[in-house]
Amino acid sequence: MNVLLDHLPEFRAGFVGTVSLTAVSAAIALVLGILIAGFRVSPVPPLRFLGTAWVALLRNTPLTLLFLVSAFIVPEILFPGMSPFVLGSLALGFYTSAFVCEAVRSGINTVPLGQAEAARSIGMTFSQTLRIIVLPQATRTVLPPLSSIFIALTKNSAIAGAFSVTELFGVQKLLSDQGYDIVPIFIWVACAYLIITFSISGTFRLLERRMEVAR
Amino acid sequence: MPMSGVSVTKGAEDAVPTGGDLVVLSNVNKHFGALHVLQDIDLTIARGEVVVVIGPSGSGKSTLCRTINRLETIDSGAISIDGKALPQEGRELARLRADVGMVFQSFNLFAHKTVLENVMLGQVKVRRADKKAAEQKARTLLDRVGVGSQAEKYPAQLSGGQQQRVAIARALAMDPKVMLFDEPTSALDPEMINEVLEVMQQLARDGMTMVVVTHEMGFARSAANRVVFMADGKIVEEATPDEFFNNPRSDRAKDFLSKILHH
Repeated sequence: MNVLLDHLPEFRAGFVGTVSLTAVSAAIALVLGILIAGFRVSPVPPLRFLGTAWVALLRNTPLTLLFLVSAFIVPEILFPGMSPFVLGSLALGFYTSAFVCEAVRSGINTVPLGQAEAARSIGMTFSQTLRIIVLPQATRTVLPPLSSIFIALTKNSAIAGAFSVTELFGVQKLLSDQGYDIVPIFIWVACAYLIITFSISGTFRLLERRMEVAR
Repeated sequence: MPMSGVSVTKGAEDAVPTGGDLVVLSNVNKHFGALHVLQDIDLTIARGEVVVVIGPSGSGKSTLCRTINRLETIDSGAISIDGKALPQEGRELARLRADVGMVFQSFNLFAHKTVLENVMLGQVKVRRADKKAAEQKARTLLDRVGVGSQAEKYPAQLSGGQQQRVAIARALAMDPKVMLFDEPTSALDPEMINEVLEVMQQLARDGMTMVVVTHEMGFARSAANRVVFMADGKIVEEATPDEFFNNPRSDRAKDFLSKILHH
């Protein structure tokens, strides 16, 4: 009980760290994921290949390895002095984008082919067809898997703690090193994670219900 | 040296039409795997002409219709519209498709857009028309096909016949040079077929160039300038409706007509 009250600033910093890490990497994953999904269904073979390679590479690489690359190799070779937070967000965002891509692609596949054919037959380009006709209709199908992906992302963000990003799970190590009992620390950390993940699933349930009315 | 490839491209250049020819297919071939769905198809459609394509199921008539705006690619031969050969997939093809109206068997109205938005979308996004002007034109067209009062509804709230008339309005909104109809009444309940056929009749009377794949022999008789009879991927017979229905030349056409007309 005391652990939380005595170390509220640390818990708060960790909570804010996890929330911002999740939010930033979710934004990166969403933008990249939709873009790569577009590549994967594109009529241009090199783009399709790029999309397939992106998914195969990032989905099959252990997340810890991606963090290692982004924490030690990227700043060494490409961007020296980049903050651990940005590097961590990039690693998480890139990794998650592969899963977002596949969820979006499965959504695209549920939209009847005739919708895209009708769009093309009135002269829309591929990207117009995707943006204006197909993706809006795919959104509803994509929401439930997307919700799961973002909850997984929240929990995956704990790995960033090992690469000097301030986040929730790192609080546990900080405080247990100071000699506090590990059990209550874990309970409070778990509660904080639950607040975030429940907010995500709640938001998505709301979105789903709103999309239902729009039809 | 790929001799055949060279001669095909050369043929394509020679086939560029002049004057009254709007759609020209020359020596078109297409396979679906082992199935040879289009075999050496030669077809020329003049400006203002109404061509009805009929034939048994699986004869390739729908595929023929879809190759004209390149929803289906072809294996060899050449297709040109208004003197321009069909380009490869890309911006240029998109521009050309805007000039070719297409009406599908299953309507394919944009399910997440209202009827009005369906008819406005191409004008605004493809033709870059002003929103106000696009809306006005859309409402005029919807009135013309008799669904003006349904403008604010979503496609799923309309009957099949109404949806198909909206689909015709959507295609007309692009001011197409030619309209392709791919079995436009085959998915409709019997009592709704006529309301769609009437719109098409009117369109034909107004001088629109039309290619119509259909099983409606009444429409073929009354609206077509020419009937094209297809079977097994080939054009078997081409004639005026009177000639074709009263005095078919080929055995295949006689057999087909005897099966559908004697009930």
